[in-house]
Amino acid sequence: MRNLFAVILLVIVSNVSLASESEGLIIHRSTQTFPEAMLALQTSIGEHGYTVSRVQRVDIGLTKSGYKTDKYRIVFFGKSNEIRAVKQSQPQLIPYLPLKIVIFSENNETLLVASNMTQFAVLAKQDGTKILLERWNNDIHSIFSDVK
Amino acid sequence: MHQQYIRAASIAGLMFALMVSALNVQAAPNGRSLYENNCSSCHGIDGKGGVGVPLSLPSFLNSVPDSYLEKTIRYGRPGRVMPPYPTLSDAQIKSIVGHLRSFADGEVPASLDVLVRGDIKRGKKLYGQNCSSCHGVNGEGGKGTGVTFSRPRDLPVIAPAINNSGFLLAATDSMIKRTLINGREGTPMISFIKAGLKEKDIDDIVSYVRSFEKATPKTNRVVSRSESPVLIYDSQSDLKTTVANLKNAAAAENFRIIRVQDLENGLVKKGTESNREVIVYFCNFETLNKVLAVDPRVGLFLPCRATVVEREGKVQVMSINPRYLSAMYNNDELDKFCDEMYEIYTNIIEEAIL
Ligand code: HEC
Ligand code: HEC
Repeated sequence: MRNLFAVILLVIVSNVSLASESEGLIIHRSTQTFPEAMLALQTSIGEHGYTVSRVQRVDIGLTKSGYKTDKYRIVFFGKSNEIRAVKQSQPQLIPYLPLKIVIFSENNETLLVASNMTQFAVLAKQDGTKILLERWNNDIHSIFSDVK
Repeated sequence: MHQQYIRAASIAGLMFALMVSALNVQAAPNGRSLYENNCSSCHGIDGKGGVGVPLSLPSFLNSVPDSYLEKTIRYGRPGRVMPPYPTLSDAQIKSIVGHLRSFADGEVPASLDVLVRGDIKRGKKLYGQNCSSCHGVNGEGGKGTGVTFSRPRDLPVIAPAINNSGFLLAATDSMIKRTLINGREGTPMISFIKAGLKEKDIDDIVSYVRSFEKATPKTNRVVSRSESPVLIYDSQSDLKTTVANLKNAAAAENFRIIRVQDLENGLVKKGTESNREVIVYFCNFETLNKVLAVDPRVGLFLPCRATVVEREGKVQVMSINPRYLSAMYNNDELDKFCDEMYEIYTNIIEEAIL
């Protein structure tokens, strides 16, 4: 009985989450200012077990070249064991590694953008990798929901 | 024993039924949460705009009927960022429209569809004099997105594409006419009656705008989805030489090399990185500035990058495929950039692998 229950629950939950999965881009608006959202983002990335490998400050590069822009950064992150495993078994995914989230300010709010990693399942030759892409995608959604 | 089992089963069945009914209640469309999940990322939680145009202005809400809003959501604006929502039910779309209406008080205009029969030729001339500076010579709209706060630009709100198939499907002649007569206070779109045009002039312009329906080229490239997400080339040289070649080839295409690093850099302890995947990051800030003005979400391409990978003595150069990625954005203007980027990437990589 309990098993049946679990199966039903799984079916329901997976149906619910299907809705947004067709999209290639995940866009999330935070009502926090850029510094607050950036802090929340990096904290949540850490809490999900990932390491931030680098923050690319695109706005600084643009400003130095004489262009006006508000804060615009790219946060790169990953788990070393997962990145190692994927680049070894599925090197064709390398151009999309490590994972990244774009974060930029819009007035007093902040926009976050990531790609839906499950779309790259077409490149993955192993089911294990597909499951991993799925989890990355779920984690990105979960990280975004932490950046209120 | 047996009875106990039946009891347990029926309790479980009851719980399941309860659960399903609870879910059904949840599934009854809630305009606010549907809006927040689907629209607020672009249009703002309060409808003030962002990547999308503002939706909360009384001058907008009080001049468009529900049918215009419903159809805009259903069909989107192909090639103009605003996505279509084919999977939302009619009830869900209506509830989102209900939420949009809560942004402003005022009367909702009835869905009038009185055909306007103006002089298209004359309308074309008037359009050229009064509209094309903002909406483009062929109604293709201004460049960029919504109200974009992040960088300076000419207009505070983008002029929408009025030759767009999604717009023309949603807008009736009456709605276009009303928009030209009233304008949209709080945006650069003025009232053309106040600006001195006569009703006859406006009718002629409306008929000209309607005639875009026949002229509208099929935009929105669907081919991109058939592209591979990655470009992969075999190199003739070893890893070190290929990296050096790549740097030279990117510099020759006017890119600045911003960093060369191992893929694992920053993820593992310093000194333990594998050195068989080397990333070359390069950038051209002038192009970057332009492309961010076209679509601020484009950072997922950034910085430009090619990765040199060595496996069992074989060296390959890999990169993302800009043509594949551009399909995610529903932005025709960005597609043009991505085609250029595709050429540049392939030029650089082909140069580097010789
Ligand atoms: C990816 C960003 C994005 C998302 C998500 C989005 N929109 Fe839009 N929307 C736009 C842009 C950009 C335009 C203007 C199109 C143009 O310039 O031609 C627009 C236009 C509109 C318009 C027409 C406005 C006018 O002045 O006539 C309406 C109505 C609208 N969107 C409603 C919605 C609703 C409701 C949702 C959610 C169900 C939504 N949009 C989701 C970007 C977006
Ligand atoms: C100064 C720039 C400017 C000029 C000139 C101008 N418009 Fe607009 N127009 C806009 C902007 C900006 C909007 C979007 C307003 C908003 O966000 O609600 C708009 C909205 C519209 C809309 C509604 C489209 C939609 O998706 O909401 C129509 C139709 C339109 N204009 C037609 C015209 C016509 C026809 C003319 C010439 C008679 C004209 N406009 C002149 C800037 C302009």
